[in-house]
Amino acid sequence: MDNHFDVIVIGAGAAGLTAGIYLSRAKVNTLILNEGVVGGQMVLTHEIANYPGVENISGYELSRIMKTQAQKFGCTIKSNIKITSLDLTDDLKKITVNNKTTYTAHAVIIATGGRSRMLGAIGEDVFKGKGISYCATCDGDFFQDKEIIVVGGGNSALEEAVSLTKYASKLTIVHQFDHFQALEHYVDEAKKNEKISFIMESKIIEFIGDEKLESVKIQNQATQEITEMKIDGVFIFIGYIPNTELFEGIIELNQWKEIIVDKDMKTNLSGVFAAGDSNQKKYRQVTTAVADGTIAALSASEYVFNKKELSEQALAN
Amino acid sequence: MLRTNLPHIESQSEHSDLINNNENVMVCCGRMGPMCIPVYEIMEDLQSEYKNVKFADMDFDIPDAKVIRSLPECRTFQGLPFTIYYKNGKVVKATSSIQSLEDVTAILNEHFGK
Ligand SMILES: Cc1cc2nc3c(=O)[nH]c(=O)nc-3n(C[C@H](O)[C@H](O)[C@H](O)COP(=O)(O)OP(=O)(O)OC[C@H]3O[C@@H](n4cnc5c(N)ncnc54)[C@H](O)[C@@H]3O)c2cc1C
Repeated sequence: MDNHFDVIVIGAGAAGLTAGIYLSRAKVNTLILNEGVVGGQMVLTHEIANYPGVENISGYELSRIMKTQAQKFGCTIKSNIKITSLDLTDDLKKITVNNKTTYTAHAVIIATGGRSRMLGAIGEDVFKGKGISYCATCDGDFFQDKEIIVVGGGNSALEEAVSLTKYASKLTIVHQFDHFQALEHYVDEAKKNEKISFIMESKIIEFIGDEKLESVKIQNQATQEITEMKIDGVFIFIGYIPNTELFEGIIELNQWKEIIVDKDMKTNLSGVFAAGDSNQKKYRQVTTAVADGTIAALSASEYVFNKKELSEQALAN
Repeated sequence: MLRTNLPHIESQSEHSDLINNNENVMVCCGRMGPMCIPVYEIMEDLQSEYKNVKFADMDFDIPDAKVIRSLPECRTFQGLPFTIYYKNGKVVKATSSIQSLEDVTAILNEHFGK
């Protein structure tokens, strides 16, 4: 059966690709199904400087190496697909892609990671790429000598805000709480920067413009007062949400929709494992995703090996 | 130089040859950045499905990329990549910033069909 594999991995980020490398190297027939770009969040990172053994590498480069490594060991990777249905409860797991092709496997590893949170304000979709950006290193130079806003209060928001002052003439950080979640070091750097000012306890509720973004409506969360501010650009860095919608009601998730696993990366369903940023955990890094992917792969291959042994014994008897 | 598996447009004359000698053309003009790479990958994957469309990329920072940077359709763009769809040499659609597979296929189906 061409569409039958020992293990199907859902997601080709750091966790999924690592699982693919370990499984395929152990001659476990493996398919990785990936909805977006291979590499996941690694591709969003211009430079990774804390991956042991590699002094400095772009996230894209690191993901390309991981992909090639997995494919060299015989792993099949299908990207830009959409999973349209799945049955993970039976012994034989079934996953249908693009309403067309069904793949089966003895075990599944979920490694769907997370994605940027959108603000959800009126006009956000309309002005994406026309004043609204989610990537400082990509689009910063369009805002040379312009006035911009950075939305968010975590490490990435404050770090990116400081880096954007290379271009912007004036930068305002808009944050929904009265204090920052970022580490003190990032907050200090932003406060020291003369180009940066702060609007706290406030949210952008609407983006306004004709052909491109011209102003925003900002609502104070304490007083509910709404003010309009003329602006050239808005950069949004408000955290990540796990990509687990597909598994709601099937796999046990916590209150933040993260997958609950044990130390062997087993979920509540037999033969279903999970790894990486979509799992319930405190630290989300490439190294932790890679570690999860390794453990999930070893657990899944043990599971598949035992399953095959049992069925061979049953046949022999 | 972009590190993709798409044909690269290196000059204005290559760009004009491509759009004038082919009915349907999609060009993604960007850098090797996080908003651009997903669009290149989508184009790489769609090449075999949309045989009636020529797919190519162009480095945003080479001087000749002004053929795209200065298009009236890109006047308001402030996010990479700039993705342009041409029919018989004319721009029929242009988008700014990252696009999903659904966004791209919707445009291809509307303007070029399969
Ligand atoms: C801007 C930024 C900078 C960062 N910098 C660093 C850094 O310097 N160092 C560091 O160690 N970490 C960094 N991180 C964190 C690190 O990138 C992540 O923790 C890690 O890459 C997560 O890997 P993952 O495989 O768990 O998930 P992801 O990378 O999110 O991969 C998940 C994959 O699954 C796919 N997917 C999602 N849903 C589905 C579905 N339904 N069906 C099929 N496929 C699906 C996605 O398209 C994606 O390809 C950074 C993150 C960001 C966003």
